[in-house]
Amino acid sequence: MTSGSLTHLQSLEAESIEILREVAASFERPVMMYSIGKDSSVLLHLARKAFFPSKIPFPLLHVDTTWKFREMIAFRDRMAEQFGFDLITHTNADGVRDNINPFDHGSSRYTDIMKTAALRQALNAGRYDAAIGGARRDEEKSRAKERIFSHRNESHAWDPKNQRPELWRVFNTRLNPGESMRVFPISNWTELDVWTYIYAEGIELPSLYYAKRRPVVERSGTLIMVDDDRMPLAKGEVPREELVRFRTLGCYPLTGAMRSSAASLPEIIMEMQASRTSEREGRLIDSDSVGSMEKKKQEGYF
Amino acid sequence: MSLSLATPDTDIALWLNQQTEKSLLRFLTCGSVDDGKSTLIGRLLYDSQLILDDQLASLRNESRNRTTGDEGIDFSLLVDGLAAEREQGITIDVAYRFFSTDKRKFIVADTPGHEQYTRNMATGASNADLALVLIDARKGVLTQTRRHSFILSLIGVKHVVLVVNKIDLVDYDEAVFDRIVAEYRAFAEPLGFKTLAAVPVSALRGDNILAKSERTPWFDGTPLVPYLEAVDVAEDRSAGKLRFPVQWVNRPNLDFRGFSGTVASGAVAVGDDVLIASSRKPAVVSRIVTMDGDLQRAVAGQAVTLVLDREVDISRGDMLSHPGETPEFSNQFQARLVWMSEEPAYPGRSYLLKLGTQLVPATITDLKFRTNVNTLEHTAATKVDLNEVATVTIATDKPIAFDAYASNALTGGFILVDRISNATLGAGTIEFGLRRAQNLTYQSFDVNRDVRAQMKGQTPRIIWFTGLSGSGKSSIANLLEKRLTAEGRHAYILDGDNVRHGLNRDLGFTEAARVENIRRVAEVAKLMADAGLIVLVSFISPFENERRLAREIAGDIDFVEVYVDTPIEVCEARDPKGLYKRARAGEIKNFTGIDSPFEAPSNAELVLHGAEAEPLVLADQLHAWLER
Repeated sequence: MTSGSLTHLQSLEAESIEILREVAASFERPVMMYSIGKDSSVLLHLARKAFFPSKIPFPLLHVDTTWKFREMIAFRDRMAEQFGFDLITHTNADGVRDNINPFDHGSSRYTDIMKTAALRQALNAGRYDAAIGGARRDEEKSRAKERIFSHRNESHAWDPKNQRPELWRVFNTRLNPGESMRVFPISNWTELDVWTYIYAEGIELPSLYYAKRRPVVERSGTLIMVDDDRMPLAKGEVPREELVRFRTLGCYPLTGAMRSSAASLPEIIMEMQASRTSEREGRLIDSDSVGSMEKKKQEGYF
Repeated sequence: MSLSLATPDTDIALWLNQQTEKSLLRFLTCGSVDDGKSTLIGRLLYDSQLILDDQLASLRNESRNRTTGDEGIDFSLLVDGLAAEREQGITIDVAYRFFSTDKRKFIVADTPGHEQYTRNMATGASNADLALVLIDARKGVLTQTRRHSFILSLIGVKHVVLVVNKIDLVDYDEAVFDRIVAEYRAFAEPLGFKTLAAVPVSALRGDNILAKSERTPWFDGTPLVPYLEAVDVAEDRSAGKLRFPVQWVNRPNLDFRGFSGTVASGAVAVGDDVLIASSRKPAVVSRIVTMDGDLQRAVAGQAVTLVLDREVDISRGDMLSHPGETPEFSNQFQARLVWMSEEPAYPGRSYLLKLGTQLVPATITDLKFRTNVNTLEHTAATKVDLNEVATVTIATDKPIAFDAYASNALTGGFILVDRISNATLGAGTIEFGLRRAQNLTYQSFDVNRDVRAQMKGQTPRIIWFTGLSGSGKSSIANLLEKRLTAEGRHAYILDGDNVRHGLNRDLGFTEAARVENIRRVAEVAKLMADAGLIVLVSFISPFENERRLAREIAGDIDFVEVYVDTPIEVCEARDPKGLYKRARAGEIKNFTGIDSPFEAPSNAELVLHGAEAEPLVLADQLHAWLER
C-alpha cells in the first residue's frame, strides 16, 4: 500500500528487499539467477542492500551458454570479485559436446538446449528450492499474471491455472519434496523504473548498454555484433564499425544491436522514452508465435 | 493528462528527478463478466501512449474479427495475457499492469469477474488503495457487483470509483447513469468506503477517460484519469503505532547482530525503547543500519536492520513495538475468512497460519456464521466453501503478535495453508483477540477433543495391552511409543507397575482394589485421550469384566484391546523381574497365572503371539494394524 512519505522508487526498493529477505529466511537452498544484464544488476544491488552488512547469503548462478558477449563474462567475474558473492556457473556439457550453436541449430533448439535445459540441469544439480529471477510483469503478457513467489512442480513446470493466491505481503513459501519456487523480487518494476533506479543509485552496467563503435553485420534486418571469430560470415560479408548499443544482453548471435549515439544513462533513458518498440523485440526467441513465452514457461524457462 | 515522456527538449536531469519523486497508486478493477475491465485497462495503457509500435502492429493483427473502437483495436487483447483466456474470451486470473502520468505511477490489478474466481479479486484487493467497480450501463448493479463490493470492504479497500461503462450503448442517457449510481450508493452505504465517486465512461470509445466527453454534457464530475491522479488515499501509516516484524536475523560475524525487517507501521528512531512481543523484554534501539549509511529514524514501508543495545533473544517472527503500544499477543482470535479452495474449511481442522513473518499451526475452533455476500445476511453453517465468507474463531498452537485488521492490515491479515499439499486455502482478517480476562466470548470458545487432536494431527485412542506378567506387553508398548514419537505423534505409556508406585500406591491386590486400580487407570487414559494423546496402557488386567469396565469408561474414544498371548511357560522362563520365582515360593499371593486366573480375552481387537516373534516384529505388526 502507499506510504505517505516514500516515493514510488523507495517503495519498490523496500518491497524488493522484503521479498529477498523472505527468500533467505524461508528456504534451505536459495539461489539467485545472474544474467549480467541491467535487471540482474539491479537485483544484485538490491540483494547487497537487503542483507548488509552480511554478504549475500546465497550463491548467484550464471547459465553460461558459451555464446555470451565476452565483456559480459569479464564483467560478471569482476562483480563477483568486487562484491564478494558466491558465483556458480553452469554450461550444458552435452550441448558443448554436440557443438550446439545458434547458427547450425536455430535459435529455438539452441535456446532449449543451452538455456532452458541447462537451467534445469543447474537447478537440479544444486538441489535449489528457490531460484530468484529478475523478471518483471511489464515485460510480457504471461509474466503480468505470474505471482512473486511462483510455484514449480517437480519438473520445474508452471501451472498458470493453479497459482497460489498472494495476499498482502504474506507469501506462501511452503514446498513439498522435489518442488521449487521461482521468486521475482522486481515483479512490480517497469523498464523505466529500472533505468531511473540505476541512475539514482549509480549502479554499474556492462558498457555494452552504452553506444560505442562496434563491429556488426546485418542479418534479416537485425544488427549482430561480431564478438569473436566463431561468427560465420557469408561470402563477401564484412563486419563494419557502427555506433550501436544494446537494450538487452544475451547471447551475442541472438541479440540485436540498435543504432544509437546514447553514451550515458540520461541519453539512454531519453532515447528509450522516445522509441516506440518494446524491450523484448530485441530478443529473437519471443517472436516465434503468439503465447510462445507462456509455452516456454510451462516447460521450465525462467 | 500530461504524459510522462522525456523529449529532446527535456532537461533530462530535472526530468529524472521528477520520475523518482512520483507517488504510487495501486488500484484494482473489478466487476462482472463482460463489463469491459480489460478493455478499460487497455484503453488506459493506450491513452497514456504506453503501447509501443510493435505491440500495436501485433494488436491490430489480432483484433480482426473482434469488436473494436475507432482505433481498430480490441483493447482487451492487451491485457488478457494467457493463451487459454484468449481462447475463452474471459480473464481468469489477476494480472498486473503499469502506467504513469507526470503525477503518479499506477499499478493496476486486473481481477476476474467470473464467479468462481472471486478469490483472485480478494488477492488483488489486498494490495490496493482504491478500486474501480465496473458496471455495464445496460445491466446495472448485479449480484456480482454486490459480491465484489463486499469483498472490497472485507479486505479494507477504502476508496471506490464506480465506473458505469458502455454508456455509449445506452445513448449516453443521464437517467440510466443516475439510477445506477443511486442504487449502488444505497447498497454500499453500510460497507464503509471513505470515498465513492462515479463516472460514466465508454472504455471502447474513450469517453470521460482522459478528458470530459462532449457526449455527456450533463456529467459534472471529474473524468477517470484526472480523478485517479488527484485522489488522496495516503493514509499516513508512519503516524500509527510502531510495528516491526523481524524477518531475518542479520549476523555477519560475532560483533554484529541486527534484526532485518520492514517497518509495517509507525516509525522507529535511534534511542527508542522497544518491547519484544513474545518475551515482553525491553531494549533500546542503538542503530538503524542500511547499506546507504545509518539512519536516525525509519518510517513505515522502509526495509532496515535494527541493532539493539543488549543481548536479547529475538528470532524471525518476533515483533518489536513501543512500550505501552504493544500488539495483541494471544493464541485465540476471531476473524473473517474468505475461502479460496475447492476443499471446504471445517471447524476442528488444522492448518498452517502465516501472518507477517509468523508461521504457526492453527485450528478453526468455531464457525460462528457465514455471511451471504449478496445480501450481507448471516446464516448458520458447518463448513465454508470456495468463495464463501465466514466469521470464525481460530486457535494457534502458540501465541502470535497481531492487531485488528481494521487498525493494521499488515499485522492483521493472514493466510491459511494446507498442511499436506501446502496450497494457500484461504485468507483471513482478524477482528479481535480472545482472552479470558478481557473477553466474555472466550467462554463460548469450544476447544474439544477433535480440536486438540487436529492440532496434534492424530486420532486419539487408547491401546490397552493385556497379558501375563513377562508376556512382552511393556516391551511392545515401548517400541510402539518410540515409533509413534518418531513419526511426530504424541503418545504416552501408562504402565501397571509405575502407576502402582504413584497414583495407586494406596491400593493393594484384593479384588476390590484391583477393580479400583483398573477404574482409575481407565479414567486417566480417557483424560489423556481426551487431551488428544495416543495412550498405551500396559496392564495385566486378567479379568474380562475389568477390561469391559475400561472399555466402557473410554466411551466414544477409540479403544483397542491388544492381547499379548504368551504361554505361561515362556513367561515364567523369562521372569524378568523374578516375580514368578517369588510367587512359586509363596512370597506373592494372588499372582496371575500361578494362584489367580487369567481370563483370555474373547473380543480383543488384535492378538499378538509373544512366543513366536521378537517384540520389534510384534510392535511393527501392531503399528501396521493401527495404520490400516
